[in-house]
Amino acid sequence: MNITEKILAKASGKKAVYQGEIVDANVDMVMMHDLTGPLAVEAFKKIGCQKVWDNKKVVVILDHQVPAESVKAAELHKTMRTFVSEQNLIFYDVGRGGICHQVMPEQGHVVPGAVIVGSDSHTCTYGAFGAFATGIGSTEAATVMATGKIWFKVPPSIKISIKGKFKKHVYSKDLILNMIGTLGVDGAIYYATEFTGSTIKAMSMAGRMTLCNMAVEMGAKNGIIVPDQTTAEYLFSRTGKTPEIKGLQSDPDAKYERIVEFDVSKLEPQIACPSSVDNVKPLSEAGNIPINQAFIGSCTNGRLEDLQIAAQIMKNKKVKAGVRALIIPASQEIWKQADEEGLLKIFTEAGAIVCGSACGPCLGGHIGLLAAGETCVASSNRNFIGRMGSTQANVYLASPATVAASAIVGRIVSPLEVDL
Amino acid sequence: MVNEIKANAVVFGDNIDTDVILPGRYLILVDPHELGKHALEGLDADFVNKAKVGAILVGGKNFGCGSSREQAPLALKHAGVKCVIAESFARIFYRNSINIGLPVMECKGISAVVASGDVLSVNLESGKIQNYTNIQILQGTTLPLFIMEILADGGLIENLRKRLNKK
Repeated sequence: MNITEKILAKASGKKAVYQGEIVDANVDMVMMHDLTGPLAVEAFKKIGCQKVWDNKKVVVILDHQVPAESVKAAELHKTMRTFVSEQNLIFYDVGRGGICHQVMPEQGHVVPGAVIVGSDSHTCTYGAFGAFATGIGSTEAATVMATGKIWFKVPPSIKISIKGKFKKHVYSKDLILNMIGTLGVDGAIYYATEFTGSTIKAMSMAGRMTLCNMAVEMGAKNGIIVPDQTTAEYLFSRTGKTPEIKGLQSDPDAKYERIVEFDVSKLEPQIACPSSVDNVKPLSEAGNIPINQAFIGSCTNGRLEDLQIAAQIMKNKKVKAGVRALIIPASQEIWKQADEEGLLKIFTEAGAIVCGSACGPCLGGHIGLLAAGETCVASSNRNFIGRMGSTQANVYLASPATVAASAIVGRIVSPLEVDL
Repeated sequence: MVNEIKANAVVFGDNIDTDVILPGRYLILVDPHELGKHALEGLDADFVNKAKVGAILVGGKNFGCGSSREQAPLALKHAGVKCVIAESFARIFYRNSINIGLPVMECKGISAVVASGDVLSVNLESGKIQNYTNIQILQGTTLPLFIMEILADGGLIENLRKRLNKK
C-alpha cells in the first residue's frame, strides 16, 4: 500500500484497502472557519445531536472575514463563538490564531498518519506532515461533528517524483505552478498526489506546505509527503513531542496509477496568468504586465520564510508609485516573529501596508479588493474571474519573491531583476 | 426526490469554479434564497432568469473546482437548478451537491450534444439522459445506492437523522 491507503486502512479498521473501495473512516480532527462554520452549526442543530462526538477534535478558527468587516460577518463570528462555548471546542478567535491552515499545524493539531477534514478546500495543506487531509463541505462537517466518521472512496494515487536543486530565487511555489501548468487544473481529479524525491527531502516544512496546499488546484483529493526528520523536528519544535512516523512510508510495491517526474534544476520563476491556475508560463515569457497591487500572504505563501525572502528583496527600496503592496503574515505567531526580525519595519519603510493575520484579499471577501481593469500579482492560490473583487480585474499568481520584486518595479518581473 | 427530471438545459464550459458560481463576497449571506439571486452572475447576468423556471445545468470538465463553499451548490439549487450534468466534477462540489440534495451526474460527451435551451430529461436511477430537441440519448454514470438514498432523503442531514433514529 502507499501512504494514503495505509492511513485510510487504519482509520477504517482494515488491514488493507483497495482503490475504489468505499470506507467509513474515523476522523482525528475536523476544522471549520467563519464562512463555512455557521452553515455547519445550523446543519448540526438539525441533526438533533446535543453534543459533538469529541470536543477535543473540533477546531474553529476565525480567519476569512477577520476582523469582521460588516454586521453580517460579525453575526457569523458570534454564531461560531456561541457554538464553541456551548460545545467547549478548541477555538482561535480574532487575534489569537491567524489563517486556519497555518494555525492547525503550528498549534500541534496536525500529526502524521491522522485523518483530518476541514470545511475549506485548502485543508490538503496538512498532507505536508504525512496526514491524510482533505476539504469537505459544511453539511459534511456537521455530520462528522455528530458521528466522528466520514465515507471516502479510496483514491488512485499519482506519484510525483521531484529531483534537482532550485536555482536562485526559484521556490516550491514556482514548482507547484509549473506542475499545475503541466498536469492541468483537472490533471489529478479524484487522485491522491504523493510528492517524493530528493528535492522534497531537502525542502523545508514551509515549502512542503506550499506544494500540498495547491494539490487541490489540480483537482486532487489530497497531497501528501511521507514524514521524515524535517517533519519530526518541526513538530517537536511546536509541541515538544516526537511524532510517531514509523510505518508511514509507501511500500516498495505500492500501486500508483501514474508516476510523473520533474527536474527543478533548470526551472525558472513561473507565473499563472488569468483566469486559470494552469495558465502558467515562465516569467521570462510573460511580457510587460504593469500592476496596481502586489499581495504577499495566504495559506499558500504567508509564512516566515516567505516574508524573509520578500524583505530581503524589498530592503532599502520603495514600492513603485501607483502600486499598493499588501503584506499579510499567515498567523499571529509569524507576525510576531517577523516583527522581532525587523521584517515588518522593512515592509513599512518600503511603503507596503502590513495587515493583521487573516485570509485578506485572497478570496475577495474582505480587504484589498480590486477595481475593474486593475491587475494584482499575488502569492496566493487562485486567479479565477472575480476571485479578488471585480470580475474585470486580473490576478497573476507567483512566488513571494516575484511579488516583492514586482512591487518595487511596478510590473511583473523576476526577483533576479531586483536582487542579484 | 423524483427520479426523472425534465427541464431546459443551460450550458457552460470547462472548469467552472465556485468563485464564479458564487463569489466570495456573498459568503456572508445566510439565506439560501439570497445566495440563489447571485448564482453565476459573473459569467451570465441572465442566468438567474433562465434558471427560475427550473433548469438542468450542463458543464464541461472539472465542474465546481476551487473552494469548498457549500454556498455554491446551494445558490444553484435555490436559483432553480434541478440537476447538474458534467463531463467531470471537482470532488468537493460533487459531494456538497449530494449532501444538500442537488442531484449530480457525470456523463462523458455531454457538452458536445447539448446546447442551451435544449429540453433534457435525466433519469437518476438508470443514468439515461435524453435530449428532446435533437433526439439524442446519452448514458451518464449512476450513483451507488447509499448516495441515491441521501438524495432521496433530500440531503445528508435528513439521511443521517433517519439512520440515527433507526438505531
